[in-house]
Amino acid sequence: AARMFLRLLSDIQWRAAHPKWRRMTGSQRSTSTTAEPHPVSLPAQAQVVICGGGIMGTSVAYHLSKMGFKDIVLLEQGRLAAGTTRFCAGIVSTARPVSIELKMAHYSNKLYQQLEQETGVQTGYMKTGSISLAQTQDRLISLKRIASSLNVMGIPCEIISPKKVLQLHPLINIHDLVGAMYVPEDALVSSANVSLALATAASRNGVQIHERTSVSHVTIQKGRVTGVETDRGRIQCEYFVNCAGQWAYELGHSGEEPVHIPVHACEHFYLLTHPLQEPLSSSLPTIVDPDGRIYIRNWQGGILSGGFEKNPKPLFTEGRNQLEIQNLQEDWDHYGPLLSALLRRMPGLEALQIMQLVNCPESFTPDMRCIMGESPTARGYFVLAGMNSAGISYGGGAGKYLAEWIVNGYPSENVWPLDLKRFGTLQSSRTFLRHRVMEVMPLMYDLKVPRWDFQTGRQLRTSPLYDRLDAQGARWMEKHGFERVKYFVPPGSDLLDLDHSKTFYKPDWFDIVGSEVKCCKEAVCVIDMSSFTKFEISSTGDQALENLQYLFSNDLDVPVGHVVHTGMLNEKGGYENDCSIARLSKRSFFMISPTDQQVHCWAWLKNRLPDDSNLVLEDVTWKYTALNLIGPRAVDVLSELSYAPMTAEHFPSLFCKEMSVGYANGIRVMSITHTGEPGFVLYIPIEYALHVYNEVMNMGQKYGIRNAGYYALRSLRIEKFFAFWGQDLDAFTTPMECGREFQVKLDKGMEFLGQEVLLEQKQNGVYKRFTMFILEDHDTDMDLWPWWGEPIFRNGRYVGKTTSSAYSYTLERHVCLGFVHHFDEKTGEELVVTTDFINQGEYEIDIAGQRFQAKAKLYPFSSLFAQRRRKDEVELSGYQRE
Amino acid sequence: FYLTPPQVNSILKANEYSFKVPEFDGKNVSSVLGFDSNQLPANAPIEDRRSAATCLQTRGMLLGVFDGHAGCACAQAVSERLFYYIAVSLLPHETLLEIENAVESGRALLPILQWHKHPNDYFSKEASKLYFNSLRTYWQELIDLNSGETTDVREALINAFKRLDNDISLEAQVGDPNSFLNYLVLRVAFSGSTACVAHVDGVDLHVANTGDSRAMLGVQEEDGSWSAVNLSYDHNAQNEHEVERVKMEHPKSEEKSLVKQDRLLGLLMPFRAFGDVKFKWSIELQKRVVESGPDQLNDNEYTKFIPPNYYTPPYLTAEPEVIHHKLRPQDKFLVLATDGLWETMHRQDVARIVGEYLTGVHHQQPIAVGGYKVTLGQMHGLLTERRARISSVFEDQNAATHLIRHAVGNNEFGTVDHERLSKMLSLPEELARMYRDDITIIVVQFNSHVIGAY
Repeated sequence: AARMFLRLLSDIQWRAAHPKWRRMTGSQRSTSTTAEPHPVSLPAQAQVVICGGGIMGTSVAYHLSKMGFKDIVLLEQGRLAAGTTRFCAGIVSTARPVSIELKMAHYSNKLYQQLEQETGVQTGYMKTGSISLAQTQDRLISLKRIASSLNVMGIPCEIISPKKVLQLHPLINIHDLVGAMYVPEDALVSSANVSLALATAASRNGVQIHERTSVSHVTIQKGRVTGVETDRGRIQCEYFVNCAGQWAYELGHSGEEPVHIPVHACEHFYLLTHPLQEPLSSSLPTIVDPDGRIYIRNWQGGILSGGFEKNPKPLFTEGRNQLEIQNLQEDWDHYGPLLSALLRRMPGLEALQIMQLVNCPESFTPDMRCIMGESPTARGYFVLAGMNSAGISYGGGAGKYLAEWIVNGYPSENVWPLDLKRFGTLQSSRTFLRHRVMEVMPLMYDLKVPRWDFQTGRQLRTSPLYDRLDAQGARWMEKHGFERVKYFVPPGSDLLDLDHSKTFYKPDWFDIVGSEVKCCKEAVCVIDMSSFTKFEISSTGDQALENLQYLFSNDLDVPVGHVVHTGMLNEKGGYENDCSIARLSKRSFFMISPTDQQVHCWAWLKNRLPDDSNLVLEDVTWKYTALNLIGPRAVDVLSELSYAPMTAEHFPSLFCKEMSVGYANGIRVMSITHTGEPGFVLYIPIEYALHVYNEVMNMGQKYGIRNAGYYALRSLRIEKFFAFWGQDLDAFTTPMECGREFQVKLDKGMEFLGQEVLLEQKQNGVYKRFTMFILEDHDTDMDLWPWWGEPIFRNGRYVGKTTSSAYSYTLERHVCLGFVHHFDEKTGEELVVTTDFINQGEYEIDIAGQRFQAKAKLYPFSSLFAQRRRKDEVELSGYQRE
Repeated sequence: FYLTPPQVNSILKANEYSFKVPEFDGKNVSSVLGFDSNQLPANAPIEDRRSAATCLQTRGMLLGVFDGHAGCACAQAVSERLFYYIAVSLLPHETLLEIENAVESGRALLPILQWHKHPNDYFSKEASKLYFNSLRTYWQELIDLNSGETTDVREALINAFKRLDNDISLEAQVGDPNSFLNYLVLRVAFSGSTACVAHVDGVDLHVANTGDSRAMLGVQEEDGSWSAVNLSYDHNAQNEHEVERVKMEHPKSEEKSLVKQDRLLGLLMPFRAFGDVKFKWSIELQKRVVESGPDQLNDNEYTKFIPPNYYTPPYLTAEPEVIHHKLRPQDKFLVLATDGLWETMHRQDVARIVGEYLTGVHHQQPIAVGGYKVTLGQMHGLLTERRARISSVFEDQNAATHLIRHAVGNNEFGTVDHERLSKMLSLPEELARMYRDDITIIVVQFNSHVIGAY
């Protein structure tokens, strides 16, 4: 039955075109399934080998060949576009909450639109528009947020009334709707044909396409891809691209050195019907009803409707199972709730005849974002997979970015949210993936509110204090598998349960975090920050210093015991990482960076440090528990516990010393708090963690010590205008653009990565500027809260987006951080952003379509800094992370 | 007036009983995992009985349902006694000797059966001595007859059935000096009972059936669906072979009068049964016993009544038909039930409902649209109904209770309809029997791992 359907969804006409690759494989494509000979043998070598002939593989091939790469081989185990791509519903939708995904979808749409003209292959492209329905006010808010970001990108989009919905789509029952979002330029395509069109164009550009060729494994030597073993022989290659879709995980694990690609397949169902009595117009907009968990598009006069059910069926957990693939059956009972939702949305379809229920496995990732980029362990091994059911929307853009990555060494946009290196081996457990994707798939259509945490795959990495903190009311969130405290619920206070605390407005923990912040300001708080990535770099001679001086922008040749905040910049001066480095001795350094840097930073350093056995890089993350003592009384607590004077004269800011705390010796104490508040971070060998924690809490009692969590930390750092990597800072942001010139030592006497660009920026100015905004007419109790990604308007014109925001309990205002650009009013060209440009504007922040006045500042409020500890090293230079 | 769901549940669950075969060392080495049983009365008092016991001196487990008629006395006696007869028939010569010697010398007896009884399943204390003596006579005869051959289960079952029925008959003819017992044995003999008994020993499953109760095996097909295999033949007018047999046993002149209105001699539904001496004894014997019997018996019109066209007794036998089945891993459970269940449900539905209940997987036959013309609305209706069917499963902890819920409460779509269930259960006593029969069910669950390892 599935076979019959294949021909239905994909227009057969592509075969009438003249794809060159067909001649190359020598296959006579016919509807019969006779074995095809392979008259053309595989080349012995190629520059790039792409595995997978779906939308991803063909898109990468298409873009690579356009960018001038000629020596490309694409291998497909079956036939082109025969996997998930063929079953894909073919909806190209730009309504995506994550900005980079939105950009990819927007590009894809533009690409597909002209593809038929370019290649002569009919793609079935039809601009129908899409309507996302809201059954609740909260849903409408989330749609309005998306609408805001679409609008500033120049993508037409409007929030419409239920009545207007009915005008656009006469079959819809609008009685339970509160509104909708209309994106008129969203489109429908035949995804298989798009893929074939891309293949055709790639083939004309010289890409060799071989069907019925499976990759058994990729060979890796000395951390570099050297070739590909297939069932038809070996191909030597420089680059390998894993576009194997739901088999990407297995392919990654097939070689001797595994490449961990955390994807897991789930069954996905959609319904096809016969045409209506009066066939539906092919230009009728696609309907997305996320509250009903369904989408509905017109299809050959009838409809195609699928959805993301609450109880997904994961499959292939144990790996590939041919039997299972063939037996993927229509499961009507499973589809039942979605059918109810469909008939509720379009009651007039009751009499419509069913053609088929299609079961099409889709692959999902642990965080609902797709996976692209280079393996941290094997250079030249690229991945593009895990599309979370949006492969056709992302296909064009994702292929483009990956091709740029291969050709230029870096894509043209910040793709960190999608980077393979955001994951490590810890997300590679099949059990973890199975459980997590069961949560992720329904999430596709769940309401996404700020500060949302995954519930599955938790309690994997924990601090030794986990149970202690949990017993004291800790509420947890997770970063890179590590449990971190959000805040502590005081005994006796009752928070709303999870479902009810989902809000776009003031959250129920507002006062709890407020009191933690107050304690940080007035007494002392302790925050467990053990999740931070911790590396040690040491050498026998000066190798460590020399190499670090090249890789980091600040001057690390400081006296032993000093801590330096510095960026780890790329060639373009952008932040690959932002860290604190303590010089432990002449020849060894202790490096602290954000939690999710563990894989990325390791790979970055490994790839750039010389292969020298006298230079040792070690990941010591697991060896230390970190306790952050924040507040004016931290100094008192610590000096009582250590019998050592801790005042500024003896222990200045940005200092690091090994000392004893309680009975425990060898505690690395650093006078930084990552918040701009006075205090210390204690790096404690884990076996002492509980002891030191108990000592600190006991001794701290008389100073009013209490536990605090990351939400308090976040509020403190944002009100002090501290940027943090991964949210505010990325590979496309330089220190010059975020007011951190003082962390760059252009004159440190030696060359460092990114230096040229920074010099150039110093002379000519920057094109974006990190700015702090204080919301003026925003009512914390009544208005929607900012989150991140809100458009910033200067004198009524769009100038950029926020990157993070928090309520400042001290200023009693919301603070948003974000980047301001200067677009030329006529040409849209980016101009230099000057201090005057920032200071002389009237600003507004758009939260879900509502604009709030904001005051822009390039420097934090000095009144917020309780005390200056060392004049030359104001900690507002502090790097931040969450 | 309707019963609330909790009221319905308390009625349905009043007689439910579950037994799990205990594990040793974390493993269940028995081919039986355990069983669920339950009964729902329509008659007052109920005329059905059930028994379950583990044979202690031989291997294996015995389970049986007994559907009484003309009172419950016979079914009660059979439910107490039959398993002892079977167990004794299965015992090797040495064990029989050992037991006899123990009785002879007043030593403690080896226990023969371990019963698995619901508190409502009672044994008659007064008759135990009488029953014991009859049983002892039986094993003494077995000792005397010692053939030296190993006991065949089939033969043992047939012998036990026949012997018990014979003893019931004899006890009634001889009478007892104790007037209570005397009346009891007569009531046992003049009432009747069917019996459907399963003996499970490893992969060997024997079902001995007398009458119209039924044993059915639940088999899980490769695709996960459920099918039913009959392990007994009904002894009633619908069974051609049975009608043939009866006709063969009597002169051609009686051919017309033997089976009338689908009943034996126009009176009795089951064609085989325990007791029912009115269909077994000669007219003279019946008259003699009734006349010399107690007044209560004499006053009973039923016992005095001689069936019409009664020329060449016996017309009825307790001899069972025995079916042997080698258990396979796909044989997941056995249902033994009185005709009260089978009248209301097709065995295929029974297999599916129990199968889905036991596996927790509601493998309803997957719906495939195929080439049929199905509208979205029709499909929606169908799916809603299937969901309702699944949701009814979770109320029950006992497979037999679950089956009864369906048997009594099913609507035309095969889903439990609470309204209907409530109505059926709140019928007044005198009406209940018109709408439903007593239902007794035992669901035996097999251990596929153990069976697969044989």
